[in-house]
Amino acid sequence: MTVMADAGAPRPARSGVSDALWRHPRLMLVLLLAPPLLWLGIVYLGSLFALLAQSFFSIDEFSGVIDRTPTLKTYGELLRPANLDIIWRTVLMAALVTVASVTVAFPIAYYAARYARGRWKAVFYLGVMLPLWSSYLVKVYAWKLILAKEGIVGWGFEGLGLGWLLDAFLSVPGIGGNSLSVSPTGTFIVFVYVWLPYMILPIQAALERVPGSLVEASGDLGASPGQTFRHVLWPLALPGVVAGSIFTFSLTLGDYIIPQIVGTSARFIGLAVYQYQGTAGNVPLAAAFAVVPIVIMGIYLAVAKRMGAFDAL
Amino acid sequence: MIPAISFRGVSRHFGTVRAVDGVDLDIAEGEFFAMLGPSGSGKTTCLRLVAGFETPTAGDIRLFGESVAGLPPYRRAVNTVFQDYALFPHLNVLDNVAYGLMIAGVPKPERRRRAEEALAMMALPGYGARRPSELSGGQRQRVALARALVNRPRVLLLDEPLGALDLKLREQMQDELKALQRRVGITFVFVTHDQGEALSMADRVAVFSDGRIQQVGTPSEVYLRPRTRFVADFVGSSNVLAPEVARAFGGQAAWSSLRPEALRVVAPEGAPVAGRVVAARYLGSATRLVVALPQGEVAVLVPGGQAVPETGAQVGLAWEAGALHAMEAA
Repeated sequence: MTVMADAGAPRPARSGVSDALWRHPRLMLVLLLAPPLLWLGIVYLGSLFALLAQSFFSIDEFSGVIDRTPTLKTYGELLRPANLDIIWRTVLMAALVTVASVTVAFPIAYYAARYARGRWKAVFYLGVMLPLWSSYLVKVYAWKLILAKEGIVGWGFEGLGLGWLLDAFLSVPGIGGNSLSVSPTGTFIVFVYVWLPYMILPIQAALERVPGSLVEASGDLGASPGQTFRHVLWPLALPGVVAGSIFTFSLTLGDYIIPQIVGTSARFIGLAVYQYQGTAGNVPLAAAFAVVPIVIMGIYLAVAKRMGAFDAL
Repeated sequence: MIPAISFRGVSRHFGTVRAVDGVDLDIAEGEFFAMLGPSGSGKTTCLRLVAGFETPTAGDIRLFGESVAGLPPYRRAVNTVFQDYALFPHLNVLDNVAYGLMIAGVPKPERRRRAEEALAMMALPGYGARRPSELSGGQRQRVALARALVNRPRVLLLDEPLGALDLKLREQMQDELKALQRRVGITFVFVTHDQGEALSMADRVAVFSDGRIQQVGTPSEVYLRPRTRFVADFVGSSNVLAPEVARAFGGQAAWSSLRPEALRVVAPEGAPVAGRVVAARYLGSATRLVVALPQGEVAVLVPGGQAVPETGAQVGLAWEAGALHAMEAA
């Protein structure tokens, strides 16, 4: 009975702050949003714009002194053949890595979203996330060993009597090299490995939202599994694919460690930025290089939107 | 005549669960057939077996005399209306309806024309450009019907087609579905857990329980002459009388069914049975009483407009000869 009586009595005015916030939802919204917006606005966007501003400065080639009069001269330098070469190589690599990641990630994500239940779902998440728990450098160096001439890949090919095949592949100019660990193919493999979780998870999230009845309905209406993939699954997974490709594409565009450790000495955008702002002290050119991935991603998203990638959102 | 659908000894087991267990059934061409049962009784699995989303563990299913064993869903001349309608969210209504035709390679102008015709038939003309998300539940239901019927299937399967609609719309769609089936003249097989829906729409009803068919018959057969206790109880919540009670009620010594609406409240003196009213539930068009008799409790339906005895009152019960139906099986 006492419990009933207590429940009926008004509660003591313990928290005036909570009550005040409840009565002024607008104030609460402002208080909640202000810190992250300040962070985003000042720390993040501020530093980005400071960087962009740098790209409109130029450097005096003889003294190395930065001239702060606005100019497009630095962007002109980007168009030198050597620099265009870096941009082209990076974009091509990023595109290939993205395509390969989608190809590998889709079946895994599809299985996880549609078939894995209970314990298998946990195994899936663990399997996808586990590589992210260890240091990126450790993984890249591990891959260097795996892909080295005496590494497990070469050993496997020899063991299967297919050593000639690997040698033939490595002798192809442009993708081969002395061993996989010093070939563009090696760089590509390591990029795909390292970014794969960022592709699997968004695709899986997108497929998770596709009810099984849609796939059944497509089959019921006469579509073969291939047609169902093309007309139903792919369009509905596309927002996830685009989200994942933003990760793989932009991470590849900006990475400067993997190409240094695994691959040829050919430079990528990230490496160029690293070298220009560091050893060369050419911050304007480094800033101009940093603008390139931003512009490319902007174009990429505009094209994706145009092609209806976000219609299913 | 070759039945549109025939089941011969069909079972579908999931591990130790016997979702469908030895079903034999013939559905005639042009029939409006209902599969009725509580959830988990195997009715939906039977429908999915016909559509090809499940494969039987044992037995054979034939469509128009031809076995469908090993045929994937996309090679079967049936179409399904899904419980959640399963409209493609990334396509507009017209493209949803034309989906089957697009897959079949029908040229664009023709499939556009036929999809528009189908939408007009479902009283949705001019809705083609909308997205499914912009439609109400009833409209989505019609789009799902149009999308299935535009392919001119020989059999239409409907999985709880009215389950997601509110009462008023459900009643309206019941009439429309019935009229639609008469107009297109193809076999409709629909799954429902709502006995009222099954009785009011179907030409014949199969009552499912625990993966088995309890009874197949016309709605009035199933309602008036239930074969088993389950059917009597599930279809119209009949009073199921144990053999000795049936005997006391003047019937045979067999499990018997006595419909609540067949019982009349009379004066306790001289009545065949008498007892006390223990509960009354007002249903609008009638009042449902529970009367405790020496032999057990029975439900009595008192039609609206008649005097309803107070709870606790002593009442007698009477019924017409023939209302007490002895069942074949327990």
